[in-house]
Amino acid sequence: MSDHEPEHPAELSFWRRYVFSTDHKVIGIQYSLTALCFLFFGFCLVMLMRWQLAFPGRALPVVGALFGADRMPDGYMLPEFYNQLGAMHGTIMVFLGVVPLAVGGFGNYLVPLQIGAPCMAFPRLSMLSYWCYFIGGAIMLGSFFAPGGAAQSGWTSYPPLSDLAPQGQTWWLLGLTALIVSSLLGAINFITTIIQLRAPGMSFFRFPFFVWTQLVSSFLLLLAFPPLQAAAVFQLMDRWFKTSFFLPEGLIIGGQLSEASGGGSPILWQHLFWFLAHPEVYVLILPALGIVAEVIANNSRRPIWGYRSMVFALIFLGFMSFLVWAHHMFLTGMTSSMSAFFQTTTMIISIPSVIILTALILSLWGGSIRFTVPMLFALAFLPMFGIGGLTGLPLGLASSNIHLHDTYYVVGHFHYVVAPGTLFALFAGVYFWYPKVTGREMSTWLGKLHFWPSLIFMNGIFLPMLVQGLAGMQRRLYDGGEIYAHTQSVLHWHKVISISAWGLAIAQIPFIINVFASLRKPKTASDNPWDATTLEWAAPSPPPPGNFLQRPKVYRAAYEYSPPAHDKDFLPQFQPEPAAQPEASTRL
Amino acid sequence: MPTAMPDAMIPRTVIPYTVEPRPDTGLSNVKIGVWLFLASEVMLFGGLFAGYIILRVGSTDWLPGSAFGLSVPLAFANTLVLTISSITMVAAWISLLRKRFSQYRRYMGSTLLCGLIFLVLTGFEFAGRLRQDQYPSTHIFLALYFTLTALHGLHLIAGMGYNAYLWGPGSRMWETAPEQFTQRVEASGLFWHLVALVWILLFPMLYLL
Repeated sequence: MSDHEPEHPAELSFWRRYVFSTDHKVIGIQYSLTALCFLFFGFCLVMLMRWQLAFPGRALPVVGALFGADRMPDGYMLPEFYNQLGAMHGTIMVFLGVVPLAVGGFGNYLVPLQIGAPCMAFPRLSMLSYWCYFIGGAIMLGSFFAPGGAAQSGWTSYPPLSDLAPQGQTWWLLGLTALIVSSLLGAINFITTIIQLRAPGMSFFRFPFFVWTQLVSSFLLLLAFPPLQAAAVFQLMDRWFKTSFFLPEGLIIGGQLSEASGGGSPILWQHLFWFLAHPEVYVLILPALGIVAEVIANNSRRPIWGYRSMVFALIFLGFMSFLVWAHHMFLTGMTSSMSAFFQTTTMIISIPSVIILTALILSLWGGSIRFTVPMLFALAFLPMFGIGGLTGLPLGLASSNIHLHDTYYVVGHFHYVVAPGTLFALFAGVYFWYPKVTGREMSTWLGKLHFWPSLIFMNGIFLPMLVQGLAGMQRRLYDGGEIYAHTQSVLHWHKVISISAWGLAIAQIPFIINVFASLRKPKTASDNPWDATTLEWAAPSPPPPGNFLQRPKVYRAAYEYSPPAHDKDFLPQFQPEPAAQPEASTRL
Repeated sequence: MPTAMPDAMIPRTVIPYTVEPRPDTGLSNVKIGVWLFLASEVMLFGGLFAGYIILRVGSTDWLPGSAFGLSVPLAFANTLVLTISSITMVAAWISLLRKRFSQYRRYMGSTLLCGLIFLVLTGFEFAGRLRQDQYPSTHIFLALYFTLTALHGLHLIAGMGYNAYLWGPGSRMWETAPEQFTQRVEASGLFWHLVALVWILLFPMLYLL
């Protein structure tokens, strides 16, 4: 690290400033834009699938012919291609879309600003983290052109199918390895930065809640991803060196006895996979909770209700998320004592989630709510995440899980958490911090045009899925369950869902226009356009290299809104105590 | 601490606490970073060892290493070599603390030599397996043996690569920033000890039990 000598940012070349930058803000923007592109791409994949589900066996007009004879001959979707779309939709949305946007994008940009740091602790690791993510994404996209197409064993890649799948699965494993390295580097960097680079006066309990969520998410990424890497190594060995880590004895493939030496266990993969993937679910949701807490505190003009309980709930949640993974595996024939353990931990982990959600709802009580666009998304997040969470309880209990397992109910449940849940929180974050990042205001009118149709279509997609799943409709069916007698009464919902999905795509057009058209507006945003209290609003909009013109000092907790006996309704963390006022000590 | 500066004058950011510890945490950035990295490595090998346990317990025809002619004396020699290399690694770091640079080079060189001996011995063992037509696909024990030792070997090679850099071209930093250089050697040493520790677990798992 010999590059400590002062150096003028203007001297950096274009490549060092915007492409191979070590500035956390540029990296945050790189992450955000790349992740938004992947979110859009992942959404396109599922829109294709929705055609097949709503109109099975019919040719997709116009675009269908573009995909070639080995995917959609004459516009008719092949089952193999449907499986590729499903597997890659999940992979892209989770590993390349939501987590990179929530952690890589918002986290990289905001965490140093919110703790008053000039940079990340390891700027070159930040850069490396982004480029590993980029390479992982490129491998995943490239896998569509591998012989036999992309991975098609679901985003969970269960063996033995994934062991025997075409080459795309190998690409998937290699891409995932790059993504694991990326999040590992990011996690180390975030934790070190948060512990070490806090501004003077920024104690842990003065952190904005968003910083806490990033800290806990980083620990989850750090400790949960390596076991998946171990599993990926085993699966690569199975595929390259014909070992049988996941292949049992006497496996019959296509009517033939497998040549594999056997002795392996397909269940081992499931354990290692879900040991990552359940904490990963919390990595998807925790930063979103952080964003919602910021937006709600700011727009209800009162301190977050129960900040400390939220922090302790968050830490407990992070810890417990390592002890619930096998509730995804109740149907693998585990003993009843095992399932008793995992359903108990699953019920326990719902408690801290409910504490956080309740605290956020109570924060609205008695506030002077401003219905800004970010606030609309944050408010919609609360019931949507609530539905997502509560529909998870029947899945966490082994007895009801037996009925609901692998049905559309599961699909509806986790999408409620991630799509109108996390994604709405991320939209709230984009609208909230856009003035800080660009120095420009977004259009409120276009924002509302984005919000209301999105809310309606999101529910048009996921609510019917719960109905279908309760009726017993299986997920991952190429024809959407057309051949089964018990699904006939709920088949018509497929059309409602698909039309809502395409409507949701149209509803994103105002957002895209808003993001790009607002860039052409004059730089009118002030440093603190929302009258907010946290440290990022002390920096200029957009913040220069080094972030702050003056090293910030922190004088108080994160959300001092509507303090008594002050002329303004907010008291920023960075503002020194005004001259002594007689009533100031008697806080209500 | 810098005070307010005009916009055009903002210097390139100086990262605080890269070498000197932060007063309230008592740690430097690098030390926290390395320990976090080691934690993730423990989880990686933890996942692999969990796989070993589950496969071994669930197997109906488990065979120990001796059934495939794995040599305990050779593995014991490997254990000894890695343990010695851990000690020389610590000695190299202490030499720097005592400002004895040429002593540091000797100890770091010995660490590298030990790593090389380990790789050569392991190479002999791999070659012996392949000569007897024992491949990863032959039996679940061999699958575990090859995967675990190869992954450990990759870690060893990575550690040796960085140590070689610190022994050779990277050691020029001793002239310009001795404290930072010492910290690098300490960090590399922490990783090296982890690599040795993993082998000490692999030795009974693959050869003795």
